Amino acid sequence: MTTIETPAPQPSGALSSGNRLLTLASRYGTFVAFLALILFNVAVTPNFLSLQTLNVNLTQVATIVIVATGMTLVIATGGIDLSVGSLMAIAGALAPMIFMGQFFPVESMALAVALAFLLPVVVAALFGLFNGFLVTRFSIQPIIATLVLFIAGRGIAQVMTNGNLQVFKNEGFQFIALGRIAGIPAQVVLMIVIGAAAWAMIRYTVIGRQIIAVGGNEKAAHLTGIPVKRVKLFVYMISGALAGVAGLIVVARNSASDANLVGLGMELDAIAAVAVGGTLLSGGRANIVGTVLGAFVIQLVRYTLLANGVPDAAALIVKAGLIVTAVFIQQRAGRH
Amino acid sequence: MLLSMQGISKAFAGVPALKTASLDVEAAEVMALVGQNGAGKSTLIKILTGVYRRDEGSITFDGRDVDFSMPAMAQAAGIATIYQEINLAPQRSVAENIYLSREPKRFGMIDHGAMRRGAEAVLKTFNLTIDVDRPVAHFDAATRQMVAIARAVTQNARLVIMDEPTSSLDEREVAILFETIRTLKRSGVAVIFIGHRLDELYEICDRVTIMRDGQTVAKSPMADMPKMALVRHMLGKELAAFQAMAPEADAPMRPVRLELDKAGAGVRVRDVSLAVREGEISGLAGLLGSGRTETARLIFGADRMERGAIRMQGQDRSFREPADAIADGIGLVSEDRKIDGIVPDMSIRENMTLALLPKLKKAGIVDRARQDEIVTRYIRALGVKCASPDQPIKELSGGNQQKVLLARWLATDPRVLIVDEPTRGIDIGAKSEILKLLRNLADEGLSVLMISSELEELLAAADRVTVLSDGMSVATLPRKDLSETALLAAMAHQEAHQEE
Amino acid sequence: MQTILRLFLVKNAGDLARLGVILALAGLILFGALRYDNFLSPYNILSFLRYNSMFALIALGMAFVIMTGGIDLSVGGTAAMASVVAALLSPYHWAAGLVCGMAAGLAVGALNGFIITRMRIQPFIATLATMLAAYGTGLLLADNQSVSVSYDSGFTVIGQDDFLGFPIPAWIALAAYVLGWLVLEKLPIGRHILAIGDGEATAGLMGLKVERALAGVYLASGTLAGLAGVTLASQFGAGQPTEGVGWELFAIASVVVGGTLLSGGSGSIGATLAGALLLAMVFNILNFENGLGWISLSAYWQSVIRGSFLLVVVVLQAKLMARHRST
Repeated sequence: MTTIETPAPQPSGALSSGNRLLTLASRYGTFVAFLALILFNVAVTPNFLSLQTLNVNLTQVATIVIVATGMTLVIATGGIDLSVGSLMAIAGALAPMIFMGQFFPVESMALAVALAFLLPVVVAALFGLFNGFLVTRFSIQPIIATLVLFIAGRGIAQVMTNGNLQVFKNEGFQFIALGRIAGIPAQVVLMIVIGAAAWAMIRYTVIGRQIIAVGGNEKAAHLTGIPVKRVKLFVYMISGALAGVAGLIVVARNSASDANLVGLGMELDAIAAVAVGGTLLSGGRANIVGTVLGAFVIQLVRYTLLANGVPDAAALIVKAGLIVTAVFIQQRAGRH
Repeated sequence: MLLSMQGISKAFAGVPALKTASLDVEAAEVMALVGQNGAGKSTLIKILTGVYRRDEGSITFDGRDVDFSMPAMAQAAGIATIYQEINLAPQRSVAENIYLSREPKRFGMIDHGAMRRGAEAVLKTFNLTIDVDRPVAHFDAATRQMVAIARAVTQNARLVIMDEPTSSLDEREVAILFETIRTLKRSGVAVIFIGHRLDELYEICDRVTIMRDGQTVAKSPMADMPKMALVRHMLGKELAAFQAMAPEADAPMRPVRLELDKAGAGVRVRDVSLAVREGEISGLAGLLGSGRTETARLIFGADRMERGAIRMQGQDRSFREPADAIADGIGLVSEDRKIDGIVPDMSIRENMTLALLPKLKKAGIVDRARQDEIVTRYIRALGVKCASPDQPIKELSGGNQQKVLLARWLATDPRVLIVDEPTRGIDIGAKSEILKLLRNLADEGLSVLMISSELEELLAAADRVTVLSDGMSVATLPRKDLSETALLAAMAHQEAHQEE
Repeated sequence: MQTILRLFLVKNAGDLARLGVILALAGLILFGALRYDNFLSPYNILSFLRYNSMFALIALGMAFVIMTGGIDLSVGGTAAMASVVAALLSPYHWAAGLVCGMAAGLAVGALNGFIITRMRIQPFIATLATMLAAYGTGLLLADNQSVSVSYDSGFTVIGQDDFLGFPIPAWIALAAYVLGWLVLEKLPIGRHILAIGDGEATAGLMGLKVERALAGVYLASGTLAGLAGVTLASQFGAGQPTEGVGWELFAIASVVVGGTLLSGGSGSIGATLAGALLLAMVFNILNFENGLGWISLSAYWQSVIRGSFLLVVVVLQAKLMARHRST
């Protein structure tokens, strides 16, 4: 029977060994998996310990980390954001249109590039706000509320570009993906800055603590005067904006924007990173460091399999197993 | 004797919930089962219906020893339970709900015709003629309850347990329900009626079983049990412990800080007027279900007030959100710490400063130095026993959690503090500590509104007590008139005392 | 707006929403018939039915899942995998392709049921994961390319031929819907599914076998997705491991537009079919409109329009629910 909850009168202090194992797994599992992957690759994968391998993995993981950071905040409030991939497509479609002068004539390229950075992110943030509006104003379950833009968002991007591939070459704009700051790829710097900022926000700021409180006990949060709705609007907005940033990176990296492909499946990678990183999907926690680690694990699994000749398809199956296992362990351990 | 439960004991994690409790029900009688929260009523019922297993004792039902290990077994034996929240599938039709899991079938398919006719027939025995094809959700609470009863009857129940069946009914609906109960009685079915509204108990019940602290403290025919005695049995008394801190009896009358004037919302709060004065502890008493917690939520803006007025220092206020009330200097320590109070995974430090956070920020960042200073101060002042301020609050004992929640509001420097059952689930030592603390705060000028179902607490700490009964404030007793008898009388609503 | 809404609210909200989708479908057909010459031509009708049958199948399974308050995001991946399995086995016998394709879907459904009822993982996460796994398996089996079906074994008959003048896929879908209607309306399990969606805890207390019913709907959804995959392979002559992206959303939108509450506990088979047809017809009309040449709305508008449909319906539902709670 699933239904009748007896308040299990277990003698406290005597956790069974199975439960202790789960707790250990939930706390250190991701890190162990990360280390194991690295060790495995060092031993097996040729040329793993090279700067190039590091670069490839870092640049590929950057967008996952950025989107997953926003996702972590949303999940911390007990929500979910399925629309991130579509919002990436919208931002990715908008940016080239701006600096290629499809909205207004480009008089100063510097200004156009600045706008190409700014406007798409603002638009994505507004779409995120729309998600939050549906969730708070109508009390629609987050899965469904963000499903709307998950469907329509990519369509909007496709309609804007008429489904055409936009190819471009713009050094100023592409600095975000191809440039280097002190020898480190710009997107990696961006990833670090965003991750660190989110980490600091969760840890040190009022809004950060309020996010955790809303996810931890919404009723209690409301009764302590926390503006629950505003907090939720905020996290969906941030998630949208970060998806926008990730969209810019992807198109800049490819020198092309394809609304059909940008951000496809990103919601899965982001949710997987959060789950593998140890943030409970039921809310009340936001482990940014874990999310970053989770994103790395997902990226490394994919890389390991590919580098060793395992087809991409098998990587999907492994990812599926990873998600289920991670969520299962978190949920079980979270009950104690 | 239809049901006989004797010497039932049950402990959870070593903490006894029932100590040799007993309950007897004859066929075709309505037995009232009363007691305060935590008296053991629901544990006893859950043991009967197979949700819990007993540690000791014997149960005979219909002449046989029984030991149900799950609810389905009790149902099959003829014991039906109708829970407070009425367990029906709201979007399914009346007929389906009555027959769910036992649908009449023809050729393997549901015989909708037979189901409809059966449902109509059984409802007709309760004088209820409704469209049984409409979803249950379309009907009022009383009708839904009768559908649940009809379900029980078609299961051939010999005993129907009703858990606070009238809590969400209005007077007319209560009358309909009682008529149904009488019909059940006539057909030989016994009813265990768990309730708190005294007038209703006296109207419908034949006998009463009173429980307190996990024991059965009295059994009697309803007619032989005066209201006063019933309330006294329910509440018990341990007055001596707190007498020491009683305030001066002839303190001067201070100005009113918070006033509620004929406030109401829904059926739980009908007409409540009360005043909380500066530097005083104002008690709010009443039996379970009399609308105490609901009144507190109304004041705090957690629920919308539909009627009446609320005034702070003489000025009309309308709080749409708790945040509004907080901004006006009101704090609420809620009754259920787990559901409405603590954020379990957060640390003591964070739980303590949750309401204060907006005032603790410098450019959006939590001023950690000030936070630590405040937390350290209150941990010391209130004597919170913890390993460190960073310990998750869920690891603390109930009393220490309560102190953290008190500190949460004290840190906001409130003018009015509402405490709902501040000593519930707290050991006796911590109890008097918390009461002393409230007394000291009041002496320093804070206005406290203390909701409590423990008379001795009110007698010990309150400067005046407003008594609620059935959603209405029926009496306000000033310090000099406060006595156990006066409170009991007001709660039993026999005579209304009025201040001045 | 408010008055229209109130009009909707006076009576049974769910029924009126369902009536609404049928009226909208009728209106759309009328619009098409009056505006475009060939809209009601046998060719358009038959190819419309042939192509959209597989979506209707998936929507049917999704309807049952959503009635329990769950969701099945794996149907697209399952259909893709099943199409590959069917195509690979079609040379042996047409029935081998059919049965094994459906069995592949059933396997995914069983896995979903296991993860949801035994491991207690939310349906949305569980089926998200199995969606990945299904795509992965399909791609592995197909070696990353589409797999031609055998044209000799008669496998293509399933998707391409007619019976009594109507496409066989349409007959299959019709049979599935009739069966679905019987299960929901006439068998106890159908009512139990709805009662579970109304409240799992309550359903358990009323003596229903909750876990078994839940596992059952995911099994059904997986099997129907498998059948859709078989249809896909047969109709287009190839198992297509990358097809099916976004099918789950089409199905969810159909179910929701068909008046089934996403919170579970209510739903109608007929209105689900109407919802699926309505969404498909939007696409069909878009094609005709472009054919007129006055405007040029690209095919990409369809997802925007579908999303808007979903938005309107979901917001309306939320308002109905809020109203429902307050009374």
